[in-house]
Amino acid sequence: MNKRLFVLLSVLIIASMVLTACGGGGGSTAKTIKIATQSPLSGDMSVVGVDIKRGAEMGLEQMGAALTAMGYKVELAPFDDQGNPDTGVANAKQIVSDPAILCGVGHYNSGVFIPSSEEYHNAGLAFVSPANTNPKVTTRGYLEVNRIVGRDDVQGVVGADFAFDQGMKSAFVVHDKTAYGQGIAEFFKQEAEKKGMKVLGFEGTEEKANFDALLSPILAANPDVVYFGGMYGQAAILFKQAREKGYMGMYLSDDGFDSSDAAKIGGQALLDGKGTFYSTVSGPASVYPGTAKFIADFKAKYSSDPQPFAAQGYDSAGICLKAIEAAAKTKNGELPTRAEVANAIRALKDYAGITGTITFNSIGDPVVAKYFVIKVGSADPTKWSTNPVDKTLDIAPPAP
Amino acid sequence: MKRFFKSINVRELLLPLGQLVVFSLGSAAVLSAIVLILALALDKTPVGLAVLDRFNASLFTYTLINLPQVLIDGLTIGFVYAAVALGYTMVYGVLEFINFAHSEIFAVGAFVGVEILIALETAGVLAKISLGMAFVILILAILAGMLAAGALAVTVERVAYRPLRGAPRLVPLISAIGVSFLLQDVIRLVEGLTTGQFNRIFPTFGNFDQRLIFGEVGLGATTITMGISIKSIIVIVGAVLMLVALNYLVNATKVGKAIRAVAQDRPTASLMGIDVNRIISLTFLVGGMLGGAAGVLYALKYTRIDPFVGFFPGLKAFTAAVMGGIGNLTGALLGGIVLGMLETFAGSYMGVFTMGAAGTEYKDIFAFSILILVLIFRPQGLMGENVSQKA
Repeated sequence: MNKRLFVLLSVLIIASMVLTACGGGGGSTAKTIKIATQSPLSGDMSVVGVDIKRGAEMGLEQMGAALTAMGYKVELAPFDDQGNPDTGVANAKQIVSDPAILCGVGHYNSGVFIPSSEEYHNAGLAFVSPANTNPKVTTRGYLEVNRIVGRDDVQGVVGADFAFDQGMKSAFVVHDKTAYGQGIAEFFKQEAEKKGMKVLGFEGTEEKANFDALLSPILAANPDVVYFGGMYGQAAILFKQAREKGYMGMYLSDDGFDSSDAAKIGGQALLDGKGTFYSTVSGPASVYPGTAKFIADFKAKYSSDPQPFAAQGYDSAGICLKAIEAAAKTKNGELPTRAEVANAIRALKDYAGITGTITFNSIGDPVVAKYFVIKVGSADPTKWSTNPVDKTLDIAPPAP
Repeated sequence: MKRFFKSINVRELLLPLGQLVVFSLGSAAVLSAIVLILALALDKTPVGLAVLDRFNASLFTYTLINLPQVLIDGLTIGFVYAAVALGYTMVYGVLEFINFAHSEIFAVGAFVGVEILIALETAGVLAKISLGMAFVILILAILAGMLAAGALAVTVERVAYRPLRGAPRLVPLISAIGVSFLLQDVIRLVEGLTTGQFNRIFPTFGNFDQRLIFGEVGLGATTITMGISIKSIIVIVGAVLMLVALNYLVNATKVGKAIRAVAQDRPTASLMGIDVNRIISLTFLVGGMLGGAAGVLYALKYTRIDPFVGFFPGLKAFTAAVMGGIGNLTGALLGGIVLGMLETFAGSYMGVFTMGAAGTEYKDIFAFSILILVLIFRPQGLMGENVSQKA
C-alpha cells in the first residue's frame, strides 16, 4: 500500500513538472515583450516610486502601438524594490531570469540601482533610469546602464553655487549615509569650500524620527544654511524639528526632496525663516515643453497630479520601446536579443521625449542635462507641482 | 466625599513624584558635571581650539549653553523609555519572562493613536478646533492608543504565553520574539492594505509645535534661544502622570497588592485566594496600556512612525529596565531616565568632543557601554532585582 502511494505521488509530481515546463515554453501565437520597472512601490518613497511605474505604464499604452503592429504583445512587469538594495538585487535576479523582459525602467534610489545593475550587466539587460543621479551609476561604463537625468557631481555643485549666490557664508551638511545622499553631500561640501563658505559640520544619520541629538550641534553652530543630502522622508522631519527648536535659516536639499510628501510632512516649517530650496534634475512636469498632454492624461487615468520623475518614467519606457522597435526592424521584425536592444538604446539620436531631447554618450549619460533650483512655495502638498523654479541650467555631464 | 479623600494614600502619590524628581535632578547634575569638567580639561587642547575656531567661543561656554536644551531632550526621551520599561519590568516581576513583543505593543498604540488623528484630519475636524479641543482630542487619541495596546497585550498573553506557562524558560521567550515579528508585519500588512503607506506622520494641530522661549544667550557671534516646545512638556507631564498612577496602583491598592503577591511567590498567592491568571492578565493589560500611551507620546514628539518604530525604543527600554534592576518598578524609572539622559548627552556632545570623528550616530555605543559596565560591577542593576522568591 505504501509503495503504491509513493509511486502514485511521484508520477503526479513528475506529470505536473512536465506540464508546467510545456506550458511555459512556447505555443502562444503572439510573442510577448515585457518592460520591467523597479521602483519603491511600498514604504517611505512609494509616493514617487508608484508614479514612476505609472508613467512607464502610460508610456507603454501610448507608445506601444509600433510593436503591437509587428505582432508583439507589450506588457509591463512592475517590481517593488522598497528602496532597499537587497530587495532590488533579489528582484533583479528574477527580472533577468524572465526571457520576455528585454528592457527595464528604474530605479529611484541610486543605492539600489548600483548593486542591481551588476545583475543586469551580467545578463546584458538594458535599463534606462528616470531618476538615478549618483555618478557611480554610469562611471562603471556598463553598456546596459543608461539614465536620462543629470548627475550629482553637477547637482551638488549647482546647489553650492546657489547657496553662495544667495549670500550664505556658512553651511551645515547632513546626509543619510546612502550612496546617493552621502555622494551628493560630499559634492556640495567640496564646492562650498571651494567657494569660500564655511562648512560647520558634516554628519551622517540614519535616524528617522528623533533628531534631537543631531540638532544640538546644528543649532549651536547656527549656520546660514542647512543642507540635507538624502530623501524627503528624513529631510522634511529634520527641517520641521529644527524650526521647532528655533532655527530660522535657509534649508537646502537635493532631488530626493522633490516630492509632495515633503510638504505634507514639513508643512509650514518649510516656508518659515529663510525658506526651503532644493536642487533637482527633474522639474515639475509643467516645466517641460510637451508635458501638458502627459499631465492631463495622467490625471484622467490616475486622478492625481503626477509626482516628480513620473514624466521621466514615461520617457524611459518610450526609449525602451523605440530601441526594441529599431532593433526588431533591423532583424526584419524578429524578436531582438537583449544585447541588440542595449546597443539600440545607445544608438538613438535625439529621442524626442516629453522631458527633452535625449541622446546618450558613451557611458549612458545624456549629452546635456537640465538642472533646476526650486523654492518650496506652499505648504499644501497638492500644490507641490507649482513650486516656483528659481534657476534652470543646461549642463553637460563630466567627460567619461 | 471626605472619606474618599481620606482613603487616598497621599504618601504613595508623592513618593514616586519625589523619586522622579530626585532621579532627574541627580542624573542631570552628574552628567552635566562630567561634561563640564571634560570641557574644562579639553579647553586648551586641539578639541577646544577647534571649537574656538568654529564658534568663536570656548568649549566650556559651548557646553554650558547647550546644556538646558540637552537636559530637556534627555528628560523627554528618558520618561518615554521609563514608561515602556515599566511594561517589561512588571511582566518580568510577575512571570520571570521577558515580553519581547512589548516593543510592538508600543508601536500598535502609536499607530492606533496616529491613525485616529489622521482620520480626524482628513474629515476636516482638526482644522477648525480651538486650543482646548485640540488637547481633548490629543488625550482621546492617547486613551485610544492605550486601550488598543492594552487589549492587544492581554490577547497576546492569552494566545501565545499562557499555554506555555509550564514550559522551560526558553520556549515562551522564542514565542515572544515570534509574536514581535508577527506584529511588525501585521502592522505593515494592515497599513499597506488600508492606506498603502506604512510611514505615518502625526498630524499638525493645536499649538504643540510652538516653543516657550525662556531666554537668549550669546554664543560667540550668534545667539541661541533657549526654550522648550509644548510637545516636550506634554510628553513629560503625560509620562509623569502615568508613572505616578502606575506606582499608586501597584503600591496603594488591593489589586496592586495582589500583583505584588503574585510577583513575590506565585503558588502561595494562589493558595491565599488570589486568581493568579486574572492578575497576570491585569499585569499585561496595565503594562500594555502604559506602552501604548508612550507610543502615542513618542509619535507626538517625533512626528514619524513606521511599523519598526517599536524596535529600538523597546530594546533601549528593556536595557533601561535591566540597568535599573529588573522586576523593580523604581529601578525601571531610574533606568529609563538615566539611559535617556546618557543617550542625549552622548549624541549632542560627542561630535564636538571628538572633533567630528564620532558623530551623533554613535550615541548608542555610549549608552550601551554604560549598561555593560553597570552590569559587570552590579549585576542586579542599580536598584536591585525584584523577582520571585524561590522556595
